[in-house]
Amino acid sequence: MKLLLTLFFEFFKTGLFSSGGGMATLPFRYDMGERHPDWFTPAQLADMIAVSESTPGPIGVNMATYVGFRTAGVLGGLFATIGLITPSVIVVLLIARALKEFRSNPYVDAAFYGLRPCSIGLIAAAGLLVVRIALFHWDALGGGAGWWKYFFNWKALILAAVLLVFTRGVKATKKLHPIVFILASAAAGVVFSF
Amino acid sequence: MTLLKLFAAFMRVGVLTFGGGYAMIPILEREVIDRNGWATHEELMDYYAVGQCTPGIIAVNTGTFVGYKVAGVAGSVVATVGVVLPSFLIITVIAGIIQNFADIPAVKSAFAGIRVCVCVLIFNSVIKLWKSAIKDKAALVLCLAVFALSIFFDISPIIFVVLCGAAGILLTRLGVRGK
Repeated sequence: MKLLLTLFFEFFKTGLFSSGGGMATLPFRYDMGERHPDWFTPAQLADMIAVSESTPGPIGVNMATYVGFRTAGVLGGLFATIGLITPSVIVVLLIARALKEFRSNPYVDAAFYGLRPCSIGLIAAAGLLVVRIALFHWDALGGGAGWWKYFFNWKALILAAVLLVFTRGVKATKKLHPIVFILASAAAGVVFSF
Repeated sequence: MTLLKLFAAFMRVGVLTFGGGYAMIPILEREVIDRNGWATHEELMDYYAVGQCTPGIIAVNTGTFVGYKVAGVAGSVVATVGVVLPSFLIITVIAGIIQNFADIPAVKSAFAGIRVCVCVLIFNSVIKLWKSAIKDKAALVLCLAVFALSIFFDISPIIFVVLCGAAGILLTRLGVRGK
């Protein structure tokens, strides 16, 4: 029960302090993983992001259910999900009556002027941690002669370069749904034994 | 009856939205405006805009707004549960399956490949957000400061959120914004 309540509370905090949708809950997940190392590893978190992107529903909700399930089974998923959405419902109900006033309130507008760059900085920093485990062998860093040969995960770096070209450069594939790239990457992982 | 309709409509939104955010708009429009006439186009865009400027998941926020308008507090709860339920069921099944197959070498390789893709997806969404939000020097400095501090120090994201909200108000009052 204590674990379930901790899950609820952790995700309540995420729901209350993250804004901007999609990846915005990611930095909170990392913070959570650091404080509860027995819940999930950074590598598992990256897998959760992939699954959340490839299944229907809002990414934040998918990730909450996933983390909760991994940590404490079906009930864990339930408590985490409810924790995540409770602040949303409360806040929205509070402002629903005064929607126009809220939108045009200069303080709200000014606060979000500061929150948007904050959200981007946090997501980028959390993304760097995924980069660290996916593209490099961090533990080889500075370990003996020729360590740099093992430091770079060459196969992964090449795949990343190819994906960047197809998701940003090539017009025909740019607009494809992320699930296409996720499946292609899974296939590449198996074929070239990553 | 209205509650049931709300529940079914938002469940469809939950099932048909891949990835959330803007992907949700066409489906929301069909369910909320075309099929049920619960809100006008302007109202829905207002909900959506405010949903982005309130804490939490945008899909949940929008669902709560529409549900509240149609059937009060009960409506908001029903719409929210509707939008979340498909995710919950699907992810629970998938997470259970993955847990059982995670030790197979081919599955490990597949996920190692997928992680590379996740890096690229995060990078792309950072670029997209950057283009829409970093429009002046103060925002640039704020973003880089948060990025650097959260890499080198173990600070809770909550602290950054609270400080940046305050910084936004302060910078606007000082007239630094937009320069």
